[in-house]
Amino acid sequence: MAHDSLYAAPPSAADTEREAGRLAGLRGALGSWDAAIVAALVVAVVLAGLSVPNFATGRNAQFLLLDLVPLALLALPMTLIVITGEIDLSVASMVGLGSTLMGQLWLSSGLSLELICVLVVLLGAAFGAVNGLFVTGFGLPSLAVTIGTLALYRGLSFVVLGDQAVADFPASWTAAAVQTIPGTSIPAAVVPVLLLALVFGVVLHATPAGRALYAMGNNDEAATFAGVSVARTKFWLFVVSGAVCGLAGVFWTLRYASARGDNATGLELTVVTAVLLGGVSIFGGRGGLLGVVAGVLLLGVLRNALQLADVDANALTIVTGTLLIVSVVLPNAVADVRARLHRRRQRAHLTAS
Amino acid sequence: MSLTDTGAPAQAAENPPPGPGRRRGLTERLLAVRELSLLLALGALILVTTLRNDRFLSGQSIKDLLLGCAILVILAVGQTLVIVTRNVDLSVGSILGLVAFATGELFLAAPGTPWPVALLLGVALGAVCGVVNGGLIAVAKVPALVITLGTLYAFRGIDYYWAAGRQINAADMPRSFLRLGNQTVLGVPALFLVALIVVAAVGFYLRSYRSGRELYAIGSEPAAARLSGIPVGRRVFAVFVANGALAGLAGVLYAARFGTLDAAAGTGLELQVVAAAVVGGVAIFGGSAYGAALGAVLLTTIGSSLAVLRIDPFWQQAVVGALILAAIGLDRLLALRMAARLRGRSAHGA
Repeated sequence: MAHDSLYAAPPSAADTEREAGRLAGLRGALGSWDAAIVAALVVAVVLAGLSVPNFATGRNAQFLLLDLVPLALLALPMTLIVITGEIDLSVASMVGLGSTLMGQLWLSSGLSLELICVLVVLLGAAFGAVNGLFVTGFGLPSLAVTIGTLALYRGLSFVVLGDQAVADFPASWTAAAVQTIPGTSIPAAVVPVLLLALVFGVVLHATPAGRALYAMGNNDEAATFAGVSVARTKFWLFVVSGAVCGLAGVFWTLRYASARGDNATGLELTVVTAVLLGGVSIFGGRGGLLGVVAGVLLLGVLRNALQLADVDANALTIVTGTLLIVSVVLPNAVADVRARLHRRRQRAHLTAS
Repeated sequence: MSLTDTGAPAQAAENPPPGPGRRRGLTERLLAVRELSLLLALGALILVTTLRNDRFLSGQSIKDLLLGCAILVILAVGQTLVIVTRNVDLSVGSILGLVAFATGELFLAAPGTPWPVALLLGVALGAVCGVVNGGLIAVAKVPALVITLGTLYAFRGIDYYWAAGRQINAADMPRSFLRLGNQTVLGVPALFLVALIVVAAVGFYLRSYRSGRELYAIGSEPAAARLSGIPVGRRVFAVFVANGALAGLAGVLYAARFGTLDAAAGTGLELQVVAAAVVGGVAIFGGSAYGAALGAVLLTTIGSSLAVLRIDPFWQQAVVGALILAAIGLDRLLALRMAARLRGRSAHGA
């Protein structure tokens, strides 16, 4: 149903045979997609290290990783959501709204910052629950709903703070956000991200709930008949996505020491790009967390290296866009070629016998 | 992409068929004709705003309003073509920005270019962008959402790369061209007249041409459309090219209207365009160019009446979001009721 809405077209009867070949090829291609992305990441790091001055320095690694923390955080729940055949385009707006709420609470409520952080994460979960309610409760396509809440939450984040910025957070907190692990140049913020990635990875790949996500992505109805409560699972996925966005909002605010209405604008597109680049199929039902983490890193390394090589930051969107297109076109093209070769071989076999 | 889903009518089975109440039937029918309910909403909005400040209906204010919505109307109508085929084009804002900047560059390079030539070149460049979109979608057979998300980035990146931080000013463009953006014909802005022509042409095409009707068939059920002999791939490709060309037209008009251009022109516009179409009732099972155009007018009017009503302008985007949610929720409700009614009727017949 909802993942049907992301398909260009459901496969027709005439195409079934062809589609079967394509899917088999796709599975083969995607099995190696994780490996391909990791290899591309290694190649990119080595090339950048050799050819771009200042890339292979501790300081650059620190900022590269720091910049990737929000992206990596958002990519985790997005992976699960896309695997079930849905999408959440409102993530960046939820980060922005979390950030401005944090600023406004700090400015006017007099609560302690610890409590505010917890509140922001809970509020994020509530925003996610609104998405989940519209998608699963009212049965609306997630794409349309989250385009709506993308505008709604971004609008509300401007309502909360207007065009002001709140920047007077305690220095000990903002310093903690960019602090490195003692003795290395790896930012400490990477540790919770890795822990979360581990949790998401275990849930996705090693629990029945994780398998159920793939089942829903492949066929909602079949999953329902197999005893999976599709609506409830999807609802909670959107809630988790909102909570993680709240967390990313807290980090974003402290990292840049500024709560503003336009924080993280447009980040949702980068998140979707990273997830698809990581080998998750936009059709749902396919992909893994390792590939997504590698995809996030690859995106970050490429952008960072090009930026160091003096490419205009805004022109870098060419790279993001091209990567996104390549990452969806390439697997399909490979599968197509394989299916064609397979058929030719079969035909040759038939004529030979 | 289906912005509104007809799926899972099973839930509707529990709903009792609506009673024979005449009044209810009437309001429901009014809501079902989206153009009418949009006009009512628009009228109510204008009435409330005018009661608050009677200058809202002054000639100048109306002129500003018409001028302000013209570009959005053109883009929303183009998007309608795409959405009725169950696709979406998110790259329109980037195409508009690219074409607007290209138009400025053209006048910088060849100041003597007559404006019709610039207009045609802009439309052609937009169509080329549409060819890229449509071609990739046709070749890769992946959802338009993903491809146009990618080209949203790519076209914008090309724009930034080309502009390299420069800005083009109104002084660099010929007067005749800039006049196009502000001129009025019989008190109506020329820009709005162009938009009206586009609405009428696309509306007529969708309603009365065979290939226009086929677009609806593709949107309702692509597989069935293919089986009934409609060249689905070719139609979808053509739709993206047409939408690109309209975005190109909008880009040229943007350049004429604002005069000052940098690479950020039209950033984030795609959201408003999709919102206008969705609010206008455009979905896989229908929607017309007129509805989308009215949606665009409504969104623009909300923007300016917020200012008149002294509501914080920061609320505007939140209102747009709430409106999208309300529109798709309403569509869903109507679809469920319609399904229940049809089921009730067939039960009577049996």
